[in-house]
Amino acid sequence: MTMAISPTISPEIERHRTFDVDRIRNDFPILDRSVNGHPLVYLDNAATSQKPTTVINALTDYYQEYNSNIHRGVHHLSQKATDAYEDSRSKIGQFINAEKSQEIIFVRGTTEAINLVAQSFGRKNFAMGDEVLITALEHHSNIVPWQMICEEKGAKLVVVPMTDEGDLDLDAYRRLLSQKTKIVAITHVSNALGTINPIKEMIAMAHSKGIPVLVDGAQAVPHMVVDVRDLECDFYAFSGHKMYGPTGIGVLYGRKRLLESMPPYQGGGDMIKSVSFEKTIYNDIPHKFEAGTPNISGGIALGVAVEYLCSLDRASIGEYESSLLDYATAQLSSIHGVAIIGKSKNKASVLSFVLESVHPHDIGTILDMEGIAIRTGHHCAQPIMARLGISATARASFAMYNTFQEVDALVRGMYKVIEVFKQ
Amino acid sequence: MNELQTLYQDVILDHNKSPRNFRVMTDATNVVDGYNPLCGDHYKIYLKVEDDVVKEVAFQGSGCAISKASASLMSVIMKGKTKAEAEELFNKFHLLVTGELNPEANSEELGRLVAFAGVSEFPARVKCAILAWHTVHSALQGRTESISTE
Ligand SMILES: Cc1ncc(COP(=O)(O)O)c(C=O)c1O
Repeated sequence: MTMAISPTISPEIERHRTFDVDRIRNDFPILDRSVNGHPLVYLDNAATSQKPTTVINALTDYYQEYNSNIHRGVHHLSQKATDAYEDSRSKIGQFINAEKSQEIIFVRGTTEAINLVAQSFGRKNFAMGDEVLITALEHHSNIVPWQMICEEKGAKLVVVPMTDEGDLDLDAYRRLLSQKTKIVAITHVSNALGTINPIKEMIAMAHSKGIPVLVDGAQAVPHMVVDVRDLECDFYAFSGHKMYGPTGIGVLYGRKRLLESMPPYQGGGDMIKSVSFEKTIYNDIPHKFEAGTPNISGGIALGVAVEYLCSLDRASIGEYESSLLDYATAQLSSIHGVAIIGKSKNKASVLSFVLESVHPHDIGTILDMEGIAIRTGHHCAQPIMARLGISATARASFAMYNTFQEVDALVRGMYKVIEVFKQ
Repeated sequence: MNELQTLYQDVILDHNKSPRNFRVMTDATNVVDGYNPLCGDHYKIYLKVEDDVVKEVAFQGSGCAISKASASLMSVIMKGKTKAEAEELFNKFHLLVTGELNPEANSEELGRLVAFAGVSEFPARVKCAILAWHTVHSALQGRTESISTE
């Protein structure tokens, strides 16, 4: 695409001329399409990101060249598929700096990863009167699985409150960590407000009381380098489709010692060593948690997505994305009637906002007519909306392939919205 | 802008901005909540039904322009209709916003409701347009539990 210099060009744009966004855009074929007669401006990356050609090719390659089941065939294709799948596991392990690739469990996504821990770890370790500590910033998928197991076990869900800006109240967090707390589950980055939580500090605080911590990394992994050993988290969950990989595949990282102590999540093939009607001996990790034929092509393609990300300069991507967010924040704030929702000083790639007397849903429809894709609604985070006293927001969420010009298009789109509703 | 004008007709923008019968009704015979969980739209709809006639409709709540204007216009149009007429209108409106009713051929009964014909071109918005209607429909069936479009 051409870098047309708009009259609103800011020094920020100048500064990031060095970041070659065009080269990255070339890797994502969908970005060339148009929607409703306008070039696509895809700002719904927190819902799912687009996929680079290498990932798309990895999926078709598998089906065209070596489709077969894994971990069970003696034949050539099965061996090739098994190698590719297991190779991907190692790459993902290195990507988040896990000590061992066995600590990488393939799941459907963040949701399944959290359900796995809630059902397996929770079933074994929770009892009447115990507590699960989550935060006010959680996605429904880091609330409901805990509610379900708490209800079953007579345990209690306790919530760390947040400020109006969207920051967690760390003093309250410290107070709420108690002997009853059996696990802490926190999001790394909020999908609704963009807040980056100080998870390293929060993990250390929980560990000082011997409490394990699960981190929901769905919105963090695509935007920052995650090192599970540096964080010292016990579980880390993320989804392939939000980090340029396919849908239907994600990862649960767990410390080996913990995973080994946990009962299986689902029963079936692949998760066993031997089965008789009297007794079944479970397989070792990670297979113990991977019952049945998995998403093989997805697992392989996620490894390719990881390779792709690692081939880029991730530090400069992070810088670029945060200046894009700063620019978008400044531009949208300058529109009369727009209020930014979520004002933490530490934010990543998510910009939630509302426009006076226009419902987010109407904003979404009008922007769509301009080819601009955003998300509107409660973003699977109804408790956050309730806490802030709103029912919905409009949310633009950015990826490394978005441009300053696309932010300008969003701003122009917002003026269209205002015009439609002006009378 | 053309497609947008088909959706955001002046009638709709007007009823969104100044919704009619937007109040609490203290002497309602039926009160039902309607939710659209996907967008968080939520309305409470009050009906006063006497001798099988809808004497009055009022509503409260919040949601997008399409859902609010639809509730507002409905509250005006339902007034004075018999239950049977109200049901008939509900069915017609449903067909209209799903693109299964020709607005021109039915313009007489539909009246100002034809403004909602454009909704059929925006499938994601059909639920918004229909929310208040569904709520009234089930209130007239004597139901009291909340209505959800999901
Ligand atoms: C913070 C967060 N957690 C969890 C999820 C759930 O991810 P998935 O739907 O891929 O399982 C999402 C996705 O919307 C998210 O943003």
